[in-house]
Amino acid sequence: MTQLDARPAAAEPTVDDEDLIVAKKWHPWRWIVSVVVLVLVAQFVHGLATNPGWDWTTFAQYFTAASVMSALWLTIQLTFWGTLIGFAIGIGLAVARLSNNPVLQVISWFYIWAFRSIPLIVQLLFWFNIAYLYQTLTLGIPFGPAFFEFNVNNVISGSTAAIIGLALHQAAYSAEIVRAGIISVDQGQLEAAAALGIPKRREFFKIVLPQAMRGILPNAANEVISLFKGTSIVSVMAIAELFYQVQVIYGRNGRVVPLLMVATVWYIILTSVLSVVQFYVERHYAKGAVRTIPLTPIQKIRKRVAEITAPPRGGATR
Amino acid sequence: MTTLDATTPTENSKYAVEVRGVHKSYGPLEVLKGVDLVVRPGEVTVIIGPSGSGKSTLLRSLNHLEKVDQGTVRVDGDLVGYRRRGNKLHELSNKDILKQRSQIGFVFQNFNLFPHLTVLENVLEAPVSAQKRKRADVEPEALALLERVGLKDKAHDYPRRLSGGQQQRVAIARALALRPKVILFDEPTSALDPELVGEVLEVIRGLAREGATLVIVTHEVGFAKEIADTVVFMDAGQVVERGTPSELLDNPQEPRTKAFLAHVL
Repeated sequence: MTQLDARPAAAEPTVDDEDLIVAKKWHPWRWIVSVVVLVLVAQFVHGLATNPGWDWTTFAQYFTAASVMSALWLTIQLTFWGTLIGFAIGIGLAVARLSNNPVLQVISWFYIWAFRSIPLIVQLLFWFNIAYLYQTLTLGIPFGPAFFEFNVNNVISGSTAAIIGLALHQAAYSAEIVRAGIISVDQGQLEAAAALGIPKRREFFKIVLPQAMRGILPNAANEVISLFKGTSIVSVMAIAELFYQVQVIYGRNGRVVPLLMVATVWYIILTSVLSVVQFYVERHYAKGAVRTIPLTPIQKIRKRVAEITAPPRGGATR
Repeated sequence: MTTLDATTPTENSKYAVEVRGVHKSYGPLEVLKGVDLVVRPGEVTVIIGPSGSGKSTLLRSLNHLEKVDQGTVRVDGDLVGYRRRGNKLHELSNKDILKQRSQIGFVFQNFNLFPHLTVLENVLEAPVSAQKRKRADVEPEALALLERVGLKDKAHDYPRRLSGGQQQRVAIARALALRPKVILFDEPTSALDPELVGEVLEVIRGLAREGATLVIVTHEVGFAKEIADTVVFMDAGQVVERGTPSELLDNPQEPRTKAFLAHVL
């Protein structure tokens, strides 16, 4: 005990300083706020369960119905191809924009400008009506003879038109995301690669892109998720994706709310899956960029439990 | 003044590095105004001079990281960055430039290690991808190099987990893995805390003892004195004076050299 301590020393048990125990800090407001929020959540859940308007029987009847499943599968396919083709074109556009070739730069800029300017729904309708503009597709020498000829209506079906539209739209946005990631990589990395004589292609894929990924990923995940939900726009083309399908069903039986819930719950489930994938992919690319890579949720829970159950000494204090 | 500066350029140079009449401008700013420099094989050349004197630009032009506007750079007798046809110089293809660079080691002020690759992968990258050597062949060599810079136990760590001095030693090992004809150091200790400078200089000292050809841009005049065979003083884009350390550092002839040394010593 020091002189500064005003309380009488006699009341204190005689314990050496190094044997003192750190008391656990008590957070009363944390508990109060938690209780209030939990009550509100309970009310909401109670409403979901008891309000007959939700009509959970109908929901259960259609949630895994064959027509809904095949529509869901189509939605996933649209998202997959839209993302894959969109990002492939996007990487090309980003590289073109950053290249030293002025023609490529301008074309890339122009593409991004055009496809960001046209609303997705308008663009999709254009693709859907492409046969009105071009009846046949020909493969041959530009301005010269043609070797193959296709009927556009046979080649470009509704869902192909949808994929083309989604991918081209996505490409414009992903180009900017990829470009942002690439320019965020330290110039010194490029100099080091150049000084070591590392070939250009290798430099891009082994040195630049993995580092750019850290900046690209959160935005890219946003894009994939918004594309996934954006596929519902395709319903204007009468393509049987998830949203179109539930509209068809409630058009028939009139049970709008439970069928909208069917679509909603599926969108939520798959978005959650994407978020989990995002977490682990980001964690992979954090290698070397941070001193210690972030804990997985499971590791975090284990740590929390260990903290709570651990004896006060040695446990982390907050 | 030494006798090193031969006046006629030679196609088959006996020099490890030979710079003739190099000019370089950034817009209206001329940073190199006709620089000549020769380095013999096995020689350690230290370039000193005030900030903005063009010493880093000169060093970077030795491996074509900077394109010169006029004049020639030769390393081991080969023109760097260009091919001569008749009386014209044609810039080499990107591929050939990269090939030339993979024979010249370069150590940066800020290390520029690849943060997403382990220490060992940093050292292996260029021999494998630039020199097309087999990973299995290079790996023992890379580990030996890491041992030599005292970091073999860090081979599987990521660079961010190392101190600045350790990172710079890895960068030196990475440059050595190319088996370069000459190693260029661009202020290798300027980004380091004072207590970490010594370990990096020790590695460079070891290279000098073993007869590697080194060109070092540095502010460490004391180190220059100890290690250099030739010290070059640059100011305002020109080589003002050159000589052995005792000539140039202890008995400078030019007023600009005297003024600079009075300032830094």
